[in-house]
Amino acid sequence: MKITKEISIGDVAARSEELRGENMTLNMGPSHPATHGVLRLSLELDGDKVVKCDPVIGYLHRGDEKIAENMTYNQFVPYTDRLDYLAPLANNVAYAIAVEKLAGLKLPARCEAIRVLTCEMARISSHLLGIGVYAMDTGAWTVFMYTFNEREKLYTLFEELTGARFTTSYTRIGGVTRDIPDGWLAKVSAFCDGVERTIDEVDKLLTRNGIFLERTEGIATISKEMALAYGLTGPNLRASGVPFDLRKDKPYSGYEQYDFDVPVGVKGDCFDRYLVRMEELRQSVRIIRQVVKTMPGGAWYAEDAKKIFLPPKAKVMTKMEELIQNFMLVTEGPQIPAGEVYFEAENPKGALGFYVVSNGGGVPYRLRIRGPSFVSLSILPAIVPGNFLTDVASILGSLDFVMGECDR
Amino acid sequence: MDAAALTSRFPATQDLAGKDMPTFRVAGTDLLAVVSALRDEQGFDLLADLCGLELQGRPVRFGVVIHLLSTTHKEYVRLHVDAVNDRVPSVSALHPGANWHEREAFDMFGIVFEGHPDPRRILMWDSYPYHPLRKDFPLAGIEVPFPAADVAEVTGQKVEPAPMMGGPFVSHGGKLSEGEPSALDQSWTEEKPKA
Repeated sequence: MKITKEISIGDVAARSEELRGENMTLNMGPSHPATHGVLRLSLELDGDKVVKCDPVIGYLHRGDEKIAENMTYNQFVPYTDRLDYLAPLANNVAYAIAVEKLAGLKLPARCEAIRVLTCEMARISSHLLGIGVYAMDTGAWTVFMYTFNEREKLYTLFEELTGARFTTSYTRIGGVTRDIPDGWLAKVSAFCDGVERTIDEVDKLLTRNGIFLERTEGIATISKEMALAYGLTGPNLRASGVPFDLRKDKPYSGYEQYDFDVPVGVKGDCFDRYLVRMEELRQSVRIIRQVVKTMPGGAWYAEDAKKIFLPPKAKVMTKMEELIQNFMLVTEGPQIPAGEVYFEAENPKGALGFYVVSNGGGVPYRLRIRGPSFVSLSILPAIVPGNFLTDVASILGSLDFVMGECDR
Repeated sequence: MDAAALTSRFPATQDLAGKDMPTFRVAGTDLLAVVSALRDEQGFDLLADLCGLELQGRPVRFGVVIHLLSTTHKEYVRLHVDAVNDRVPSVSALHPGANWHEREAFDMFGIVFEGHPDPRRILMWDSYPYHPLRKDFPLAGIEVPFPAADVAEVTGQKVEPAPMMGGPFVSHGGKLSEGEPSALDQSWTEEKPKA
């Protein structure tokens, strides 16, 4: 039975009460282009305004932490590729440094410089994708084509260096897999020139673009206090005005030798997060240029890492001692002293942390991975409500998360 | 980091002399006071990480490890807490970012966080019966019933099959045109019954 109620036309308050429907629950994802992977948002909508947002994660949970407890330290390196699969080189480095800290290893300057170089290239690769996809989320298709063009060149460089385009597994505990190939640094320099032109082009396409500004400015503002309370890191934290960058404030792998600026946002809205990433691209190019210019010579693996780093293949085939060492490292794993260590590296998405507990021996007792995307997504229930449904895509893109790292 | 101020104010707090950062063992009853003192008086304003851990050589089975970061003094501090009766007070009122980390520690270890605003699983589904990161849980996993009981009743499914046909990377079986090369064995498609 339909209940009708007589109300006068002038009674606006009564009419709006009459017109209000009930809230609708909408599932966005787990397979939705704007959720960049298998994130599901359970949204409660009043009209097209979001009232409540409940992220449902775990669709990509592989149990990396459980797997790590069942294999040697060296065997886990390829698994780190699959955390933030848009910047595998940086993940490799973060994991390697965490274990090296536990083992008390000191790395030669060349190895550290190579790692800084690869980390910054990974940052450019990740931010190019992040910005390209973000532009697409907000309705600008062209930018994606520009940035993917450059990423393709980066992948060619990665392939020359590591042998793989995507899952690189380049670092080893105590060094890197192989030295830089001849003439590769010149190609990196040439890439830097090209990517700077592309950044300028993207800048012209987006930064003063009316539609893009409408979609991003003043949307989902995260205050400084809120960003700290939710534990945001990386560009998302800096866009809210906290000038904290682990490369500057807790330097690792020789970052203190290089000259670069840390961009900081003012308002902490979606547009600021975009601007911070754009400037980080330029700063990464600046770091790469310095590393290329000052690349030190010498060994690219720690000489004192005999009990951890696999001996050179040529020696394994000809010398008895190296053969035994190789056999022991592959079967038993590198012998890491007992203890615990927590190390965070400034990855493109934020601080990627590894908490390693060792009982001695070749297998970690507990390996905890602190994924920055996991933390970035935990702020969604606080910032999404109050925005329109169309803004959800814009907010998700501005946080620049990746589900491989969130679900682990 | 003023370790003396912390240990003198909270006598149950034990300095573990951490190698990479100041490390303390904090009593569960003191945890909230310690975390808020660190946040408000010593500048540890960012909760970097919170995770569960199966302890060794302690009277209780599980513990929680909290890493706090000070963005002003640029340093970390690590807090170990024993989960007496598998229970630890929740710090998510002090650091809202701990909310999801605590849900994960509950999901993976079964540690209950007292006063948590939203104590649900996070990575596994809600009706999942085990806590997979416990040391007695096998790496290969344990088969569990299909999560949706109403679907399982009709279909007799034990686990959910992966969708093949209609997925983005699966083409239709058979030839679209005579000139198109294709494998002779089409048993992998779902349109033809397997031999």
